[in-house]
Amino acid sequence: MAKRTPFYDLHLKAHARIVDFAGWDMPLHYGSQLNEHHQVRQHAGMFDVSHMGVVDVQGAESSAYLRRLLANDVHRLTAGKALYTCMLNEQGGVIDDLIVYKLAEDQYRIVINAGTREKDIAWMRMQAEAFDITLTEHHDLSILAIQGPEIKNKIATLFPADKTEIIHPLKPFHFASFNDCFIARTGYTGEDGYEMIFPAKDAAKWWNACLAADITPCGLGARDTLRLEAGLNLYGSDMDESVTPLESNLAWTVILEPKERIFIGRPALEKQSAEGVKRRLVGLVLDGPGVIRNHQKVIIAGDGEGEVTSGGYSPTLEKSIALARVPADIGSHCFVEIRNKQIAAQVIKPPFVRHGKKVF
Amino acid sequence: MSNIPPKLQYTKTHEWIRKDQEFLTIGITDHAQTMLGDLVYVELPEIETSLDSGQECAVVESVKAAADIYCPVPGEVVEINDAVIENPQLINQDPYGKGWLIRVRPHEQAPSELLNADEYSRVVASEAH
Repeated sequence: MAKRTPFYDLHLKAHARIVDFAGWDMPLHYGSQLNEHHQVRQHAGMFDVSHMGVVDVQGAESSAYLRRLLANDVHRLTAGKALYTCMLNEQGGVIDDLIVYKLAEDQYRIVINAGTREKDIAWMRMQAEAFDITLTEHHDLSILAIQGPEIKNKIATLFPADKTEIIHPLKPFHFASFNDCFIARTGYTGEDGYEMIFPAKDAAKWWNACLAADITPCGLGARDTLRLEAGLNLYGSDMDESVTPLESNLAWTVILEPKERIFIGRPALEKQSAEGVKRRLVGLVLDGPGVIRNHQKVIIAGDGEGEVTSGGYSPTLEKSIALARVPADIGSHCFVEIRNKQIAAQVIKPPFVRHGKKVF
Repeated sequence: MSNIPPKLQYTKTHEWIRKDQEFLTIGITDHAQTMLGDLVYVELPEIETSLDSGQECAVVESVKAAADIYCPVPGEVVEINDAVIENPQLINQDPYGKGWLIRVRPHEQAPSELLNADEYSRVVASEAH
């Protein structure tokens, strides 16, 4: 029996086409994935992402624990700020990517992927044994992402004036925590927006308030095309335990200063770095017709091969784009083998689209 | 429930076939377009291409996946729908009308293994479980 989020009945009511995602019954789209994509780029959309895991870390050694567990450094956070990071194994492979929020001096909240939830928790518990901390996995929370250029103007219709005054000035990766709702200026679409976490019992209240504010329900389909245009990696496709952040366009999330901070995977990354990183994750823009798909072969004239990790159609650019893992010294052009034909593509550094505009 | 017009014939691979005088017009069914989601790219054969029965003759790609279209009868392509190349979403909007794909002149009588609407609805129903 597949798991369902507190929004499940609301999805059905909104005519969602439900698909299985990591053991969860989730909405793929509510009629048109393309329309939902454009709504988020041009107006406002909402996504149920309650299948993701919420774990709180509490205790005197919370910071020390997370500085060991994560490749990015929570030492850079003050209460009310968040950061994006990878959680690595000893070989430097990516166990998961996640966002960690600093709630208070000895208190953090972590949001992890649905597909890696059990494995993440097991790893986190194992690493926690050496520290004076408590891990609490929540099963009573819902997460709703509200995204798009018009979202900021809709905050005042969703929240009372005193809370709106607190939410409006939030900078990217800053958050506010109220009794009934936690709201962070983060997202997975390349547009401005927020992610809200609240008790599961309030799911219908928030969903209906967003509907009334003209925020369009969007499914996992649009979430995928939006994140791909934004050049954001999808765990399980663009990275997994067999690759490091250095091979995944995520070197910027690995903090090597101070040298004394020995996070898990650090020695492996230093070794890889010293030997030279041989593969990297790049963006591809197809010159010709067709659609790039996952696992298609990338051919670089005289320089070997790579593989598409996320391929698809960009509704904003109206052409096919992809993320691909390729030899590190790839030039500005390559070919993608699509259905036995080699189609030329441009190599770019992601993102493809930011705030509704082409950026490469 | 997907739309399955009684007057058309169907294949197990979700093509529909309509007899127009001596020609056969071929497209994909409402069920097929629903399963694929928004279509974004269509590749059609050249006019005068000679096709064997069961030969791959076109590709339709959605945001989600690519699907091969098979020609259910041996024949020659006499017309293609340029409008769906320009606007693949016509297939989503009107799969049995403006979203048709190719028209062929069959080399022989339409084969008997084509399905009628009742038979095709059972194929669709069996896939739903």
